Amino acid sequence: MSATPFIVLSAILFSIGSIGVLVRRNAIVMFMCVELMLNASNLALITFSRSSGTLDGQIAAFFVMVVAAAEVVVGLAIIMTIFRTRRSASVDDASLLKY
Amino acid sequence: MTPFKAPSVEYSLIAPVLIILGVAVVGVLVEAFVPRRLRYVVQTVLALGGTVAAIVETIIVFNRLNLGDTHPGSGRLAVMGALALDGPTIYLWLLILVIGLLAVLLFAERHLEGGLLSFAGQAAALPGTDAEREAATKGLEQTEVFPLMMFALAGMLMFPAANDLLTMFVALEVLSLPLYLLCGLSRRRRLLSQEAAMKYFILGAFSSAFFVYGIALVYGYSGSMGFAEISQAIGGRTGGHGLLLGGIGLMAVGLLFKIGAAPFHAWTPDVYQGAPTAVTAFMAAGTKVAAFGAMLRLFYVAFGGARWDWTPMIWVVAIMTLVVGSALALVQSDIKRLLAYSSIAHAGFLLVGFLGIRSLVDISAGEISAVPAILFYLTTYGLTIMAAFALVTLVRDAGGEVGHLARWSGLGKESPAVAGLMAFLLLAMAGIPLTSGFTGKWALFAAALAAGAWPMVIIAVIGSVVAAYIYLRVIVLMFFSEPVGDGPTVAMPSIMTSVVIAVGTAATLVLGVVPGPLLDLLGRIGEFIR
Repeated sequence: MSATPFIVLSAILFSIGSIGVLVRRNAIVMFMCVELMLNASNLALITFSRSSGTLDGQIAAFFVMVVAAAEVVVGLAIIMTIFRTRRSASVDDASLLKY
Repeated sequence: MTPFKAPSVEYSLIAPVLIILGVAVVGVLVEAFVPRRLRYVVQTVLALGGTVAAIVETIIVFNRLNLGDTHPGSGRLAVMGALALDGPTIYLWLLILVIGLLAVLLFAERHLEGGLLSFAGQAAALPGTDAEREAATKGLEQTEVFPLMMFALAGMLMFPAANDLLTMFVALEVLSLPLYLLCGLSRRRRLLSQEAAMKYFILGAFSSAFFVYGIALVYGYSGSMGFAEISQAIGGRTGGHGLLLGGIGLMAVGLLFKIGAAPFHAWTPDVYQGAPTAVTAFMAAGTKVAAFGAMLRLFYVAFGGARWDWTPMIWVVAIMTLVVGSALALVQSDIKRLLAYSSIAHAGFLLVGFLGIRSLVDISAGEISAVPAILFYLTTYGLTIMAAFALVTLVRDAGGEVGHLARWSGLGKESPAVAGLMAFLLLAMAGIPLTSGFTGKWALFAAALAAGAWPMVIIAVIGSVVAAYIYLRVIVLMFFSEPVGDGPTVAMPSIMTSVVIAVGTAATLVLGVVPGPLLDLLGRIGEFIR
């Protein structure tokens, strides 16, 4: 089976994720978009692993998942703190640091 | 199916990383089991002891690998080829560990906040609430900062040593995740600090997602994660060149973000300003050194064969970084932001040296090639910026540190010593002769010039002239302006911050006056192994 459709799908998912980070203003949603980008990468890794016949890509996908989980812990802790302080998770509200 | 073979791990060779990771894990246990009043002492001793032990261990590894006296290119792979222990790696380990040691001293400073750490007493207590005031009156301290810092330090050690894409990614995250948290833990101005943490986190996660997709594409091109195999695949020019170019570009985004190069620099000033100054110092020095080491290895070892494809990209990025760093530093009114833009400009200078890559056969004896020049510059920059940020922690008023430059006017009258040291460090960043900044820039430009990147060197020289104006402006402000209102006060630090300032300043002076021995050593430790 050809690998191309899967790579195209992963590229589409990655683009949706990165556009989401750029246009959405809620920190949680932005963070979800980053997760989508990581999952798109996983799909690409596994597809390439299948087409090249090596296992490295599949193992890498596991590591990416573990790292994503760790990132969730850290990220939600930071976003929660901001939300409790400001009653808002909008990245536009947090604008004290500029110039 | 091939039968499963247990991997071999050279524990003695990677001991420095293991020691730091061990200290971090023990530090977490200390938080759980040691009574609160003892934690500060235990954590500080543990962190200092662990870092010193790791430095000693690194020197032992250096001698075991005979890096100081053999022909270039010695070194070996460890842990099934996941880590490359060669001259540049071991040297960067030493440098990062020294930076880590100084950072522990800055973290452990208690004199400046009336006997407490300069980190939030209780990170979970909201700013301006009763819970926060209670934490302050009880004298609570968040000593978790030490294990967090040790985890980040371990990531920094793994990053430049990583010899395959997966290890590099894991190291990048181990380095970044604790730093995101540390940025949000300032005792004063907590809203700024939390905002810095969020900005750093969102942008950092965004850039590492690009990095992972780049890994996937490079893996798709070469069918392997190892740098040597990728280099072979590029040499063989097997099809799918688009995959390779896309992969290199996306991975470069992740790495250029970490070193703070334009156009991926937007986080740098905000995060440097908002984070606790001790963390800023650690980040400015450690992250930049580690990320530059990793970038050198990735681009020279894995993507070296595709040099003509990525050099134009680095040209553009280097020019943008120099222009943005120098131009925007001109209009800054906060000392931490000014140093942040200055660190962006320094990333630009390093990228100029990065263009000095040539194959070993072209380099005649006695010439400085790009790798030693960059390693030298990283040393001078790292130690200078640590001392500069340590000095920033001393200038205070009732509300904590005074960042605004207007409040720095007349500092020379209040404290000639602090203002004088700061002036010296700023001159070093500007690259005035007899300071390490001059020797570092000279070595970098020489390497770039020898590789034929002369237009780049001209731009860089213009950039450093502009930069000199920025630093001189601050010096004039400190010595020749009248204080505004009461003027700033200069706090007396404990021995810890003093040591950081002393070491940083001494290194800046010594490397400026007698750079020969270090440059010789760097010339002898050889290039990256493949």
